[in-house]
Amino acid sequence: MNRPFGRGRDLSLTPNYVVLVALLIFSLGPLAIMVLNSVKSRAEIGENPLGLPNDFEWSNYARAWEVGNFSTTMVNSGLLVAGSVVGVLVLGGMAAYSLAKLNLSGAGALMLFLLVISSLPIHLFLVPLFVLWREIGLLNSFVGLVIIYIALNAPLGIFLLRSYMLQLPRDFEDAARVDGAGEWQIFARIVVPLSWPGFLTVGLVVALAVWNEFLLATVFLQDESKFTVITSYQNFATRFSRDWSLTSAAAVMMILPILVIFLIFQRRFIEGMTQGGMKG
Amino acid sequence: MRDTAVQTHPSLALHRPRWSRARLRRHAVPWLFVLPILLINLLVVLGPAVAAVYYSMTDWSGIGAADFVGLANYQELFFEDPSFLSAFVHNVVWLAMFLTVPIAMGLIAASLLAPIRRGALFFRLALFIPYVLPSVVVAHLWSSLIHPDRGVVGWLNERGVPGTDIALLGRESTVLPTIAFIDNWRWWGFLMVLFLAGMQNIPPDLFEAARLDGANRWQEFRDVTLPGIRPVLVFMILMTSIWSFLTFDFIWIITQGGPAGASEVLSILVFKNAFQNFEAGYAAAIGITMSLFVGVVISIFVVLRRRGWEI
Repeated sequence: MNRPFGRGRDLSLTPNYVVLVALLIFSLGPLAIMVLNSVKSRAEIGENPLGLPNDFEWSNYARAWEVGNFSTTMVNSGLLVAGSVVGVLVLGGMAAYSLAKLNLSGAGALMLFLLVISSLPIHLFLVPLFVLWREIGLLNSFVGLVIIYIALNAPLGIFLLRSYMLQLPRDFEDAARVDGAGEWQIFARIVVPLSWPGFLTVGLVVALAVWNEFLLATVFLQDESKFTVITSYQNFATRFSRDWSLTSAAAVMMILPILVIFLIFQRRFIEGMTQGGMKG
Repeated sequence: MRDTAVQTHPSLALHRPRWSRARLRRHAVPWLFVLPILLINLLVVLGPAVAAVYYSMTDWSGIGAADFVGLANYQELFFEDPSFLSAFVHNVVWLAMFLTVPIAMGLIAASLLAPIRRGALFFRLALFIPYVLPSVVVAHLWSSLIHPDRGVVGWLNERGVPGTDIALLGRESTVLPTIAFIDNWRWWGFLMVLFLAGMQNIPPDLFEAARLDGANRWQEFRDVTLPGIRPVLVFMILMTSIWSFLTFDFIWIITQGGPAGASEVLSILVFKNAFQNFEAGYAAAIGITMSLFVGVVISIFVVLRRRGWEI
């Protein structure tokens, strides 16, 4: 095997695949175990925590749905996600439009302000915010928590939407301006429809962040009837930590919607989350 | 003001209103678009953050009146409270673990994945999946997996595999690295995808050239790949340094700082003081201190960059 250059290592990718498959098992193995255990009976898990189930115990799901109070918590989480996504897209989209298209005087200062705001630690303002929300009656209120989620997710949304809008050609807006359209009309009728992929990306990333959020939901929604899937699962999984089939079934129900939506829109998710990581 | 002036001088009416409307359009309308989100951020973040500075100098319980006590909270924090020092040390240990393990894993996986064509998308997607899962699910899943009485470790333990009879989350010496391991399981795939995107932006002829020069895998990685992704790598080192002082979710979910404070970090102290001990003033002081650490990290990076380090 005489090769003129190098050692011919450009040929063999086998070691790469071996290591990557090992990492794949590390990443997905625990999830596979969880899914398998969600259909085993409690007795079987003790004997056989790793293998395929002997009997499919589908009733685990009905029981977990009931005991985990999912009919309430799914609605609660859904309301928070919907409110936060709409809020970030509308208010963040307006701000992004102003920054990208309207020659906002003081745009640089505003960007800096948003950057500083989005890098302040939650634990810095958590306590005064909690007390303020208690005083003005926004504690244990979905509206109250949605306002917080909008505030914390908007800077990222504004940065992503602004860079998306900057790439749009100006022709349509200019034509509309000549025709006497107001800025709101141009925003709502022209810029938003043209930048829908940016809005979709931001909406997905915000939806995932809000659905998964733990700390603020724990602090600001203390009524059991207001629990989200996440805060309710924390109590549920602690209480039933010995019943692994039950906690697995509940977990599968929580992550199934996430995984389906993630797999459908995976390119937008990864693009939005990695750009968010780079900018936020 | 100008509009009223215009109305009292009809002679100017032809010119001034048009000028004024254009001016309004140019300066006020853009601000109307940013005003709502600006007000929300002032209410939720900036206002409470400024209030935290004041409360950190009071003995406030969180309810009722707050008495000004100057810097007494900070004095207690730095000189009298042993839990603060131990929490700070845990944050530094956390930082050391997250600056090494996930970054190394992400770099290795990304550089192995970068030359691959077949199945590349599948690997990228599959390794990213843990990052979209909620922390509560990941935390409870792994707590069960490594529990010595049940789960995989328990199953191995029953079959007499040595070293599997340890409650990793129940011992002071192992609890913090174990939680970091669980957090990292969810985190490292995200880093991998970021690094991979950086590597795919490196011009392929650089790799060709290295190959022609007879570089081996390690030399190619050191001399082509690493310099090529340097901006991403440095940025993620900065973000890791910041986030390590703020970490909360996994520790709170799994141990709430126990056993015996062995996994307590600064954010846990804020939470416990604010919502369990009703020492909101003291909690605010810890929150301010955490923010100062973050400020120090950012300043170090800014200074290094000013000094001409290419970061």
